[in-house]
Amino acid sequence: MRSIRHSPVRQATMHLILFFLFAGFCLAGAINLLLQTHPINSALSLIVVMTSLAVLYLLLGAEFLAIAQIIVYAGAVMVLFTFVVMLLNAGREERTLGSRAAIPIGFPAVVALLAILATIILRAQGLASAHLGAGLSNDPNGSNLVVLSQVLFHGLLLPFELTSVLVLVAILGAVAIARADAAKVDGAERTAEK
Amino acid sequence: MSFLHNDVPLAWYLVLSAVLFSLGVVGFLIKRNIITMFMSIELMLNAVNLSFVAFAYQWHEVKGQIVVFFVMMVAAAEAAVGLAIIIAVFRVRATLAVDRINLMKL
Repeated sequence: MRSIRHSPVRQATMHLILFFLFAGFCLAGAINLLLQTHPINSALSLIVVMTSLAVLYLLLGAEFLAIAQIIVYAGAVMVLFTFVVMLLNAGREERTLGSRAAIPIGFPAVVALLAILATIILRAQGLASAHLGAGLSNDPNGSNLVVLSQVLFHGLLLPFELTSVLVLVAILGAVAIARADAAKVDGAERTAEK
Repeated sequence: MSFLHNDVPLAWYLVLSAVLFSLGVVGFLIKRNIITMFMSIELMLNAVNLSFVAFAYQWHEVKGQIVVFFVMMVAAAEAAVGLAIIIAVFRVRATLAVDRINLMKL
């Protein structure tokens, strides 16, 4: 990566343009998620947010996470969401006043939270600035993936395997929860036949 | 245009993450559809993931990225179970509006 770096200035400009473009996509998608009343439109804007976040991960030198973000989040999770929206035939959201506590307490709390976080972040000393093409390791030929897999499959093998058990249990639980009612309906039909 | 010649400060990534998190909280508060509220939770998880990746970059520590990987796996499991619960609730109540699912409300 580093050997093909010709002009640091041009690369920094490129990084700025990419950051602003995809941070803008992120924010636009998130705001659109809030403004849309139909769940399918919200789901599609969430896909925009997640895909732009994958590009931001790439800019921060996390190639594996960028691909995993697209496959797991923008792919698997959002397909589940759109599938459920279409399966349940979810219509337009009814505009109600919402929770009574949301407007007087919720919004000032969110604004205060954002203000506190932004103040802490912008006042923090010693935060680096991100270069394009600099990953975790300072080795120019070293891939992020090598470091990550060494830690994941060597030091953290047990938690990694436990995650697979967790996902398996979650799938079985999802099937059981979604089916439990069907069994009851089946039983009710049988008692009605008697 | 001297700022064009600098690299992107990491603080901007963190501010973006904070803004996305707050938008997720706002969505959770104002949305009345149970699926859209669930999507807001996913948005908050993604915002936190971005700050983990930014800090992993700051400290040249791979563990930050590993945490993001585990968060992704747990979020996938959570989405599967949560959507199954939504389907089960919809079968019983025939609605997705959280205002009508108020059996346990005072």
